[in-house]
Amino acid sequence: MPRALLTWIGGRLLGAAATVVAASVLIYGCLRLVPGDPVLALTAGRRLSPEQIEAVRQASGLDQSLVRGYLDWMGGALRLDLGLSLHYRTEVSSLLADRVAVSVPLILYSAVLAVLLGCTLALVSAVRGGAVDRAASVLAAVATATPPFVAAVVLLSVFAVGLGWFPATGAGSGFWDRWWHLTLPATAMAVAAFGVLARVGAAAFSEELGRDHVTVARGRGIGGFALLRDHVVRNALAPLVTVIGVLTATLFVGTAVVETAFGLEGVGSLLVGSVSRRDLPVVQGVSLVAVVVFVAVNTLVDLALPLIDPRVRTGAVR
Amino acid sequence: MTVDLTAVRGRSFRARRPWGLWAAVAFLAAAALAGLCAPLVAPQAPGATDLMNSLAPPGTPGHPLGTDSTGRDVLSRVLYGARLSLLAPLGVVLLASLLGITLGLTAARLGGWADIVVSRGMDVVFAFPGLLLAMLVVAVFGPGVVAPVCALAVSYTPFIGRLVRNAAVQEGARPYPEAYRVMGFGGLWVTVRHLLPNIAPMLIAQGTLSFGYALVDLAALSYLGLGVRPPAADWGSMISQSQSAILQGAPWGALVPGLAVLGTVVSLIVVGGHIGGSIVKKGERT
Repeated sequence: MPRALLTWIGGRLLGAAATVVAASVLIYGCLRLVPGDPVLALTAGRRLSPEQIEAVRQASGLDQSLVRGYLDWMGGALRLDLGLSLHYRTEVSSLLADRVAVSVPLILYSAVLAVLLGCTLALVSAVRGGAVDRAASVLAAVATATPPFVAAVVLLSVFAVGLGWFPATGAGSGFWDRWWHLTLPATAMAVAAFGVLARVGAAAFSEELGRDHVTVARGRGIGGFALLRDHVVRNALAPLVTVIGVLTATLFVGTAVVETAFGLEGVGSLLVGSVSRRDLPVVQGVSLVAVVVFVAVNTLVDLALPLIDPRVRTGAVR
Repeated sequence: MTVDLTAVRGRSFRARRPWGLWAAVAFLAAAALAGLCAPLVAPQAPGATDLMNSLAPPGTPGHPLGTDSTGRDVLSRVLYGARLSLLAPLGVVLLASLLGITLGLTAARLGGWADIVVSRGMDVVFAFPGLLLAMLVVAVFGPGVVAPVCALAVSYTPFIGRLVRNAAVQEGARPYPEAYRVMGFGGLWVTVRHLLPNIAPMLIAQGTLSFGYALVDLAALSYLGLGVRPPAADWGSMISQSQSAILQGAPWGALVPGLAVLGTVVSLIVVGGHIGGSIVKKGERT
């Protein structure tokens, strides 16, 4: 590997690590921002003996300096120990592990839906143009503007209550049952991402279609599917993958809304419940995981771009 | 060389269909007017319950859009709900603009370390989805509107800050600021009098889009029960209060505020896209 590439990869990884560290300082610092004694905020609404309050103070590192407390919390997080939930009285990491079985399939399902449908619509509107393109761009604009809770309300009214095709709540058990139960939530979450991908994709595809190399390929007699696959989609892949990376954050946060709307016991509804119970160790743990996932996905996308598009590697595009 | 013109398809549908823009502007004006004149136009008080008429369907005399599970008039509540639903995101955009312009100009003017610190700080905030930051703040300060508005303002600052910083660096490299400086005008005067007006259209386009996203974030927060507290209501909290009625076959209580959110955000995207698109066209000409 050339030296410049190694330096570039190293720089990206360092930047990602710095972002995660800064974000974790922000997440931990929130606890210290609490007006008054932070322990009272942590224990608000819970009847605890002075000994228990003292135990909470020690467990959350509030008896230590800000720096010491942060280092302890972060050191624990590196060992996958995110502290104890004040509400459930169990490890935050084991709470997360229980809930991941709902949230990860939900996020993947909805990502697949958004990418497949969004890219298909983008390709169709770029190739057909005219009225099809205009209708598709209106559909994409409306989809982009649809928040997950509005999509959830519409889907619930039509497909769960009106037609009765899908269940309104619950995550189901077993593969096919879960797949069936998660269809409406995944769709609700995918709508906005679908709209963004359709817009970005249509712009990227139609720009490639107008390029000289496509005209040359047409002149060489290449047409139809092969033209799109090798000369249009391949070249437009880089911007699309970048957008998909950014959209993971939308999906991750979307689980909070969608899992609440459809009564699913996932990481998102755990976050919402913990915020309203002011169960700060859980909120901090989930926030940290969310930021790490988001930064990791976007760093991976950045690192994968030279593999996807050789022009990035040689510096021809950027 | 001949160019296959059929392959070149502009995506400037906005220019060809100005009625879409006018519909969007009309919807936004109607929403703003609804919020302003809610006491004059609403048929009922927003909190007035009528238990005899709970879950009345749209078209019931006296309740044009029906009632919710406690018999409150859906139309009146949507009109009154426009106030908080539109004012809170306006606060987010104004605060974020203030922060973004200040930080962006500081970074561009001082350069060097100040520029690096501000830019890296914005990258870190960028890694925080707005809704997540807002939830973190609610967990600390308890549910409400003020704390989430401040949190969202911080998380939307990088969008405006980056724009201002990059534009200020670009404009600063052009001859006219130097010319003014030679004429003895101070740097701040040049910035306020000439630089900001030059980048104003871009700022307005970004602000319009941010308004839409902030509206969605705040409505989501209220929908999750972490934002507006009853008896105050915005569109998000109306949806969550009426969601159980959907399962009883009465979806209007949730659908009407949902469509209000959707219509407002679509309109903001159309208007923001139009302002942004016309800047691009102007930039191509020069």
